[in-house]
Amino acid sequence: MLIGLDVGGTNIDAIIIRDGKIINKVKSPLYGKELLDSILDTLDRLLEGYEKSQIKRVNLSTTICTNAIVKNEISSVGMLIQSGPGLPTKGLSCGNANHFLAGSIDHRGRVTEDLDADEISQAIKEFKDKKIDHCAVVTKFSTRNPKVEIKIKDMLDEHFDFITTGHSISGKLNFPRRVYTSYLNSAVYSTFKDFADKIEESFARQGINAPIYILKADGGTMDLNSARQKPVESILSGPAASFMGMEALLPIDGDSIFLDIGGTTTDIFFLVNGSPLFEEEGIKIDRYKTLVRSIYSVSIGLGGDSRIKIEDGKLEIGPDKEARPYCQGGENPTPTDAMLALGLMEDGDWERARYIMDDMGRRLNKSGDDMANLILDTMGDIIKDKIDSLLEEINSKPVYTVKEVLYSKKVRPEYINIIGGPAKSLAAVLERKLGLTCNFPRNYHIANAVGAGLAKATLDITLMADTEQGFITIPELNIHENIKGEYSLQMAKEQAVSLLVNHINLLDNELRITEKDIEITEESSFNMVDGFYTRGQNIRVEAQVKPGLIHTLRSE
Amino acid sequence: MIKAKKNLGIVLFPAFDWAISETHPEREERLLYTKDQLFEEGIGDIEGIKFFNPLVAKKEDVERVHFCVPNVGDRVTKSHLVSVGGAIRAAEAVSMGEVDKAFALIRPPGHHAHKMVYGDRGFCIVNMEAIMIEHMRKSNPGLKVAIIDSDCHHGDGTQDIYWNDKNILFISFHQDGRTLYPGTGSINELGGPSAYGYNLNIPLPPGTGDEGFLHVLDNVILPVLDEYKPDIIINSAGQDNHYSDPLTNMNFTARGYATLNERLNPDIAVLEGGYSIEGALPYINLGIILAMAGIDYSNVAEPDLYTQNLKQSPEITSYIEEVSKVVYNKWKNRHKLRKDMYEGKNYLEKDAQIYYDTDGIMDRQKQGFHICDKCAGLNTIESKSSSGFYVFAISIPIGSCKKCLDKGYKMYKEASLNKFTNVYLQDRVNDRYLKEGKIGGLYRV
Repeated sequence: MLIGLDVGGTNIDAIIIRDGKIINKVKSPLYGKELLDSILDTLDRLLEGYEKSQIKRVNLSTTICTNAIVKNEISSVGMLIQSGPGLPTKGLSCGNANHFLAGSIDHRGRVTEDLDADEISQAIKEFKDKKIDHCAVVTKFSTRNPKVEIKIKDMLDEHFDFITTGHSISGKLNFPRRVYTSYLNSAVYSTFKDFADKIEESFARQGINAPIYILKADGGTMDLNSARQKPVESILSGPAASFMGMEALLPIDGDSIFLDIGGTTTDIFFLVNGSPLFEEEGIKIDRYKTLVRSIYSVSIGLGGDSRIKIEDGKLEIGPDKEARPYCQGGENPTPTDAMLALGLMEDGDWERARYIMDDMGRRLNKSGDDMANLILDTMGDIIKDKIDSLLEEINSKPVYTVKEVLYSKKVRPEYINIIGGPAKSLAAVLERKLGLTCNFPRNYHIANAVGAGLAKATLDITLMADTEQGFITIPELNIHENIKGEYSLQMAKEQAVSLLVNHINLLDNELRITEKDIEITEESSFNMVDGFYTRGQNIRVEAQVKPGLIHTLRSE
Repeated sequence: MIKAKKNLGIVLFPAFDWAISETHPEREERLLYTKDQLFEEGIGDIEGIKFFNPLVAKKEDVERVHFCVPNVGDRVTKSHLVSVGGAIRAAEAVSMGEVDKAFALIRPPGHHAHKMVYGDRGFCIVNMEAIMIEHMRKSNPGLKVAIIDSDCHHGDGTQDIYWNDKNILFISFHQDGRTLYPGTGSINELGGPSAYGYNLNIPLPPGTGDEGFLHVLDNVILPVLDEYKPDIIINSAGQDNHYSDPLTNMNFTARGYATLNERLNPDIAVLEGGYSIEGALPYINLGIILAMAGIDYSNVAEPDLYTQNLKQSPEITSYIEEVSKVVYNKWKNRHKLRKDMYEGKNYLEKDAQIYYDTDGIMDRQKQGFHICDKCAGLNTIESKSSSGFYVFAISIPIGSCKKCLDKGYKMYKEASLNKFTNVYLQDRVNDRYLKEGKIGGLYRV
């Protein structure tokens, strides 16, 4: 048995999957209780009458860190930042105390100016005086040479509860994002640790021995211990849960659009060759742009409960919403009323829906039916316009080679998958507007829990080898070691693949990850020349364990 | 969070799959560390900075500027069309109002490419700035443009293309041609009869530092621009005046380049040369970007900056002050100087020898300037190349009068393929480009 649980904005959804079938599902409202209690209650209800020792794994998509950041219920963090030459440092301060350190590392990972140890001692003293227990250490170009960060961490270790180093967060180059992400990681460390400890305790009490995995925004999972070290990876995993659920329930070959249409918002995703499109660098939370890898999703304020206005004879829908649709006791018309009036859905008072559509229609000299159709039509236009502009943006993503300019593939969706309450009612309109077939699954309302439950581990790594200086670095795996001169791009790719396979299988051997699950996303090798002599190769490889599912549930 | 004061568009096109040859300075690795530096700084996250992809330039875009012999397809690679497409995209972003300013960080470069093109010289085949400007002038023929070439090498190609066009002011400061490739760029090269004084060269002695460059900027370039009042300022942004450049002998710093761009305030910058790819380019490019976007660049510094002795000698300083005065006076007196040189003449000839160092071709040209009192007048080139071509090419400039237009077509018709291997007509009035002659070993009419 697998357990999937997703914490959404208003509900918690949980399911049990056994032998490829959903055998139980519960939905419980979120309000009124602590999040942890709500999760434990939901699991109690879900598992009532089932043999708990049969549970093989539990996957949780939780908003615990997201909420802590958004509500600013986070720990004080002391920041140690070595920014070196470049952009002004203003704007990098994000902790409760920020120390900018002397010293620098250049783009090839060479230390060009040394650290001043006295500055660290002063920082330790100041943090202690301010009762700060959590720190983050980030240097510019630490992904090229993590040694300085490690050295600083060693000096801090005995004084503080938790320290994030920038290079362990991501191998990508983006110093400001690395600073913010490291800050957030330390800021939510205690919140997540408490949560993880209590979940484990409670499971142990109930005799559940299954391993627990936490869903990430990239559609993959991480084990609870990894999550304790990188809790920031658990933020904003909700859209990824829905996405993975859609992937489990519907076909995903080729290029396609995926829409999750809810009461308040419509989330838009894209698949390219059957794989999700990712955010270029990382997801934004609150005012922070981060390096947390995430499935690309864009949310627009359009859903079943959206507010409808007529301005100068023109219909406007969203982004504000009504408390509830007119047909469910609300005060104003909503898209849900239009759908009910047309007989496309069942939830609510049909008479009230008809009444309010007739009433609104009179203002535009239309029948109630025409009014309702115009509302759906307008929703279709809003979604189509947004998709068109997003595709234009996606298809102009930067390229750096002549070959890519001339021949790079454009994303051209061939069909749409939709989930969410209004999905069925809008399918026909969207098919017409976009000229693409729409698919929607029977079990669309629990797709998020299905996605959370079936997601597999993911990991992405950034390898750089410099054969002149004779080192290789993979920040995500804490690897910074010497290599011999004959190291090549081919060897780098092989090393990346085998490291990923071994690393994931060590953490979760049930998944039996093989080389087939690994994708090389970037590869390049440059001759480094001095005068007229080649003095080495600068090799770069990025590889990922693709987000994937334990199995699909296409019959649902 | 940092915000740009001026919206800046960047076309970052490092052409990671193109090189002249494996160990040539113009190779795949050239902008690798610049890209790393810009990414690590998080340039793309700064509000007001936007990245654009290059377009692929068309054959006509090239023909508007160059006579490619025998034709565009045989001389210009896809890589060049993409690089020049990057410059065109940068200009479009500015002229369409998508951004206030733009920087085309593109390679291969182009400022040594002349009007006539037989091959690669000084790492250049086609002229990026010129093709970009002519693309802009297609829809706005009256546009007045100033090009400030800050590459350490004289921008001889750009000078050749705009020699007789006073709507394009060309100012180049560079290491003195007596000490560096291509050897041209003396203060006496001032332009053709229709544009005398609109081509200014400020040759500088080896060892010139920030102080000297900024003196030239403040005492020649900015005053001239104030008087010329261009609609658009373009910085032909070569970066080889840097103290660490392996091919030159100057002492400019990254912060010096940034200050230059802050004061010059160009609308568009286009990368040219610069081959200190680790020690200079990442920092100069960052400095130029910050200066153009109106962001504080005082923290930009090369790692070895403070270990260098970059102080300019007093002799160099006084020499530069003198050169600046002489050049500025030539600008001030340009109308009188023009009269002295050209009054009463209706046709002039100029001999030129152009060597293609990369491809080893020698081109001997006789350039003809037909003086007209109604318009800029026709320009012709009779050119004999060591690669076996004998070319006659006619340019009818933008705004030419009916008489010159007809004369241009008449000359084209009368030019005999018995005498020349190839004949070209560049009609900028009607954006029409004609050619006849030899392609490969075959004649086609």
